[in-house]
Amino acid sequence: MSEPLAPRQGPAPEEIQQSPPTTVASRFAAWQRAGGILVPVLTAMLAFLIGGLLVLVTGHNPIQAYWDIVKGAGLNWIVHPTNTDVANTAAYNFSQTLLQTTPLILTGLAVAFAFRCGMFNIGGNGQYLVGLYVANWIGISFVHMAKPTHILLGIVGAALAGAIWAGIAGFLKATTGAHEVITTIMLNWIAYWIGNYIFQQGGPLQGVANKPLNIPISGDVAQSAKLPVFWGDADLQGLHIGFFIAIGALVVFWLILNRTTLGYEVRAVGYNPDAAAYGGIKVRTNYIRAMAISGAFAGLAGGLDMLGYLYHFGTTDVQAASIGFLGIAVALLGRNTALGVGLAAFLFGGLLYGTTHGLQSGTIDPSLAGHLTEMIQGLVVLFVGADVLILAVWGSRRRLKRKRPTAGPAPEPEAASS
Amino acid sequence: MSTYVGTGRRAGARLVEPTSVGAAGVTLGVIAFVLAIPPIAARSPLWPILLGIVAMLFGTVAASRGAYRVGFGAIAAGVLGAALAVLATRSSTAHLNQVFTASLIASMLVFATPLTFGALGGMFSERSGVVNIGLEGMMLMGAFWGIWGADKTGSWVWGVLIAMASGGLLALVHAFFAIHLRADQIVGGVAVNFLALGITGYFFVQLYHGENVPTGVSQIPTVQLTSDSSHNFFADSFGHLNLMIWIAILFVPLSYIVLFKTPIGLRIRACGEHPRAADTVGINVYAIRYGAVVLSGILAAMGGAYLTVGYLNTYNENVTAGRGFIALAAMIFGNWRPFGAFGAALLFGFSTALAFRLPVYSANGAVLFQALPYVLTLVAVAGVIGRTVPPAADGRPYKKQ
Repeated sequence: MSEPLAPRQGPAPEEIQQSPPTTVASRFAAWQRAGGILVPVLTAMLAFLIGGLLVLVTGHNPIQAYWDIVKGAGLNWIVHPTNTDVANTAAYNFSQTLLQTTPLILTGLAVAFAFRCGMFNIGGNGQYLVGLYVANWIGISFVHMAKPTHILLGIVGAALAGAIWAGIAGFLKATTGAHEVITTIMLNWIAYWIGNYIFQQGGPLQGVANKPLNIPISGDVAQSAKLPVFWGDADLQGLHIGFFIAIGALVVFWLILNRTTLGYEVRAVGYNPDAAAYGGIKVRTNYIRAMAISGAFAGLAGGLDMLGYLYHFGTTDVQAASIGFLGIAVALLGRNTALGVGLAAFLFGGLLYGTTHGLQSGTIDPSLAGHLTEMIQGLVVLFVGADVLILAVWGSRRRLKRKRPTAGPAPEPEAASS
Repeated sequence: MSTYVGTGRRAGARLVEPTSVGAAGVTLGVIAFVLAIPPIAARSPLWPILLGIVAMLFGTVAASRGAYRVGFGAIAAGVLGAALAVLATRSSTAHLNQVFTASLIASMLVFATPLTFGALGGMFSERSGVVNIGLEGMMLMGAFWGIWGADKTGSWVWGVLIAMASGGLLALVHAFFAIHLRADQIVGGVAVNFLALGITGYFFVQLYHGENVPTGVSQIPTVQLTSDSSHNFFADSFGHLNLMIWIAILFVPLSYIVLFKTPIGLRIRACGEHPRAADTVGINVYAIRYGAVVLSGILAAMGGAYLTVGYLNTYNENVTAGRGFIALAAMIFGNWRPFGAFGAALLFGFSTALAFRLPVYSANGAVLFQALPYVLTLVAVAGVIGRTVPPAADGRPYKKQ
């Protein structure tokens, strides 16, 4: 039996010097220096363009389809922002877009925080789901609690559940070196099947009233656990105060990363774990801690959704949940910064609501448009990953200053995906 | 990385290496469980418990001599084997006979087949130095376009070929971003997965209105080794397996030969271990990597095509359900080697097959058992048995000079 070539412990010295930065975080740092707001905007436009091409090829009018999506998302409300009456369709759609933006901000932050520590948390969906389950359980139980404490308990419980769920992946990475991409994906599926179990007929969280009717849906959370609604009607999915909690989370994210020792350590590990360890930072502890904080954001998203407007959940909802996956595109498009995540979440929130619930269009089938969101999401992640374009331009400019222009024109990403 | 391998050799004087002791312990732990299930089905818990204790002793010995991972693995196998065996002796023979039949082997092979294709594909890609998280998406493309092809052309052969083309095409996108644009391969792979989910979902609505594809689509044939009426161990386990299962099994030694016994295999491995050295001796690193990634997409898509055209004979949204990721885990668990990957695929296939049969014990928990393969993957990746060594340049973009 022939052996594979002898394994080495790390890159050969010459490779360190010659190859471009390869770890996610160092790439990200180089990218941060290289481009401005222009890059994410171009990325998004390119993704929309290719999505539009597909719409065209399959026999629909892409401009009309996109305009329908914009109207479905209620973005035309901005023309008359004084009319906040939700009886107005545009205003209502806009409030719904913000409702979708809320969890997207948080799942985006979850991915971004892990990214800053050099980890790729694609388990946002599982963490979102466990947060949702726990919030549902707390919301149904403890019915005699006062409203503020009940809400606080539900939110904290959800964040804690998400933190533990992601913490498992962080713990496994720190102790055994298991790659977080695979472990978080597996945890997603485990959360998925747990959800299918607890809400199914006869499951522990199935609603008491639903049992005789054979409906696999949980009971509604108690009135005392529901988040107050500040725009619209609570019975018509009004916008709840969780929106401000999500905005607050953006600030907290920025504060933790830029103004605390913890954030400094997390970023140091993300840039270069070896250097961080040499500087006395406990790399393993930071893996676990960063994953737990990351999961807490995603769990919080689930908690706010449950207590804010969903109130109940069923097995089909578990199967359809994809907010956590969208968080990846949100974080990457937002370049893992607080402001960027906020803006990207708004974009995807609009896309999500505009293509599914809000769409009243003869141009494009809503379920077709829903898959368009998935595709645009994939294209965004694909193009954001190809930051080498910017690196190449940046590198050639610097080399130009020093010596002679050597780098040839960089290949265009459009060529690959059309 | 793996520290225990050399320990025994250095000691020299020892008759038995601690790793062998540990491996024997793991085997005993497994035997403890096997004793309690049909066809043996020992009703007394005594023997399984004794064997479990011996396994734990072996594990302790191995661990105390420095073979920690395999030692603790043996202890875990002893505890688990004995515990599961005791559970089995407690349950009724009727239930046991329902779960542990010869057709469990056939069922295991059914669920292991997409994983085998995916794991072999991932192995080629990663051996050449490109991480392929996008296996899931390529498998999904194969699953959708395979059934579409079989439906439109009326022939499963065309279905599988179209599936292979679609998987190869998606792999080409991944390869272009990973190799030419030197994008982060993990981010690129995740993007490819989303893309596949979007593309298959979009066209599923566009072409089939999101409902089940028409029934009676041309299906990959079953290889009949025995007549339908005969019922013995061989007939139930290997008698009526789908053609693709046999192809998957055939591909395992074939991949081994290609990867380890041919010049092209040596080139692939060289690109994965030290691309600069490979480039220096005249190997076209980009070409090799493109070829390997596209091949991985083709193989993963064959796994997807088996799922829809061979096994389910229909299609639902996201039908692959994370199997590409499990295949990736199987490849890692199998230490980037064909036979290791196949063994791991069988293990995960077995756990899936078991998950479908355990509901005889608890109808209510049926759904929960579905999580079993994912839990097992989690445990396996966390490295109960031993830490694996990826190719040295795996995931590292190469820049020509």
